[in-house]
Amino acid sequence: MADLAIDPRTELNPPLVTGGATYSSVTDQISAITEGKPPKQWYVVMGVAIPLAMMLFGCLAYLVANGIGVWGNNSPVGWGWDITNFVWWIGIGHAGTLISAILFLFRQKWRTSINRAAEAMTLFAVACAGIYPLFHTGRPWRAIYWLFPMPNELLTMWQNFRSPLMWDVFAVSTYATVSALFWFVGLVPDLATLRDRATNPVRKTIFGILSLGWRGSASQWRHYELAYLILAGLSTPLVLSVHSIVSFDFATSLMPGWHTTIFPPYFVAGAVFSGFAMVVTLMTLARWVYGLENLITIKHLENMCKVMLATGTIVGFAYGTEFFIAWYSANQYERFIFLNRAFGPYAWAYWTMISCNVIAPQFFWFKKFRTSIPAMFTLSIFINIGMWFERFVIIATSLHRDFLPSSWGYFQPTWVDIGTFVGTMGLFLTLFLLFLRFLPAIAISEVKGVLHHQINTEKGVAH
Amino acid sequence: MSAIFSKQFDTKLRLAAGAIVLTLGAGGAVLGYLLHPKQLDTGYTPVQPVAYSHKLHAGNLGIDCLYCHYTVDKSNYAAVPMTETCMNCHVRVREKSPKLQLVRESYATGQPVPWVKVHRLPDYVYFNHQAHVKVGVSCVSCHGRVDQMAEVRQVQPLSMAWCLECHRNPAANIRPAEYVTKLDWKPEGDPAEIGAKLMKAKGIKPPDNCSACHR
Repeated sequence: MADLAIDPRTELNPPLVTGGATYSSVTDQISAITEGKPPKQWYVVMGVAIPLAMMLFGCLAYLVANGIGVWGNNSPVGWGWDITNFVWWIGIGHAGTLISAILFLFRQKWRTSINRAAEAMTLFAVACAGIYPLFHTGRPWRAIYWLFPMPNELLTMWQNFRSPLMWDVFAVSTYATVSALFWFVGLVPDLATLRDRATNPVRKTIFGILSLGWRGSASQWRHYELAYLILAGLSTPLVLSVHSIVSFDFATSLMPGWHTTIFPPYFVAGAVFSGFAMVVTLMTLARWVYGLENLITIKHLENMCKVMLATGTIVGFAYGTEFFIAWYSANQYERFIFLNRAFGPYAWAYWTMISCNVIAPQFFWFKKFRTSIPAMFTLSIFINIGMWFERFVIIATSLHRDFLPSSWGYFQPTWVDIGTFVGTMGLFLTLFLLFLRFLPAIAISEVKGVLHHQINTEKGVAH
Repeated sequence: MSAIFSKQFDTKLRLAAGAIVLTLGAGGAVLGYLLHPKQLDTGYTPVQPVAYSHKLHAGNLGIDCLYCHYTVDKSNYAAVPMTETCMNCHVRVREKSPKLQLVRESYATGQPVPWVKVHRLPDYVYFNHQAHVKVGVSCVSCHGRVDQMAEVRQVQPLSMAWCLECHRNPAANIRPAEYVTKLDWKPEGDPAEIGAKLMKAKGIKPPDNCSACHR
């Protein structure tokens, strides 16, 4: 009899919200995070994040005052940590867009508990990424007419529209705009919830303005859902296009090791891979600090581990393909660059990348690892490190061996390189913690949507 | 629940947003205008350690530019003359003038007079002085009527747009090489036509790609 009580659907699809949650308990639980005082851990992490962010601003000011020579970029390695970090941060953003857009269109209901935070992560990651090309110009206040085709009196010429760097400007700015809009539109009903719960008049006014007069009427919901669907449709191609165009920065050049058609798909897979790793890193921490185990269940985390396993394996396959094509091309420069990648001066970076990106995710074949928080947290950190090294390996190994041995070199970061990179992590964490503190970190209205289904299933109402 | 906002709030918010956008736009335009090299750099007239007058020497006395600035058609750099050049004349002319005290000291000690550079280009610009003079770009095109200046001042913005303007359409600034230092040269006929003929004859094609100046 007890066996009959277990709905077979529950077995296959474990509930996405546990702990006997009701509509009002979900609202209370998520709103309370923004209403009460943050927990002790929040202050501890903030205490680390803010000084790091300050260090970032210090390093950038130092760079503007002294010129980009303060970075380790040299000849032949003209692109160093700056573009490595740029690609890394842009890649991290991709999980947010994938979760919010593609999983939405595929009706993957498990996205509801994680999409809000992942989208916020996207925005903050893109903000961190944008810093690098902006400051690589050395004069960021002029970048507006250097990067964007803006008529002006100073340059009297247009950008090179055939350059993938130009396409990158459009790809990333479109990405940032659409992601911000998508995030904000998704927030509106929840902001209205916070407005209605607010007792402090200032808070009420701020959330009142931000919620754009949301009343939750049927017609408003109808418009809202249509707008959300359209934005999801707009974001979907961006998941693929942004990192494809980032990869063109390399692929359209004639550098051995860069000039390959595999780059766009391989970069997109890597971006999703690193993005999910960052979501897992942050969400395991956030759910522990705020006690959100009933909303971000093991089921959610396990699904993300599966995505990491799939994309990590694609990335590993791409590494293998690169080597095969280098051999198959019979081009001595191509062959040299790949042998040099694995056994040359940057072999340490290459094997770090292989261990973190190819070997680490393979643990996710086992359910034990997919459902263990410490295991997935550790592995996600490894993947974050590995994906950073992937970009570094691609950039540094191809550049440091030029065609003439007289122009061979080696890249070594300076303290400004390190300070800027660690600083952007500080900025990212600061923004993310502020988001956790002041905005609903989980989409209240969307979670209620899956709760509705669940409550009815539990009651035995047929669908 | 009582309303948080008045009925006019939307209108006010929109007006405020419009005002902010307009203010920022106008502020940006004003700042852009003020920071333009035309405003920022032209008219730069540093005080020189010795009150040397180009108006007197080059204008009234008619000394050719090349007498003192003798590297301008031979070198990438337009050198400031050394003290010995001054003293060629000033050992005999006004040899006791208190105004020349610093020049005499410099002559005696061998320490150069600390002249202040007027026409400064950024260090990421590779400017070749002789290339310009040799094809017949006159001093006056970039430096103005120095022969009428008591104190030298910058008359052109020396901005990239200004460089490109001439590189794209140089004819009006090209003249026969022998008149390069004749700042008051007035050709018979249209200078642009003369320049165009010279360009054709000499095969002058000023580059307008990035690496011409930024290497």
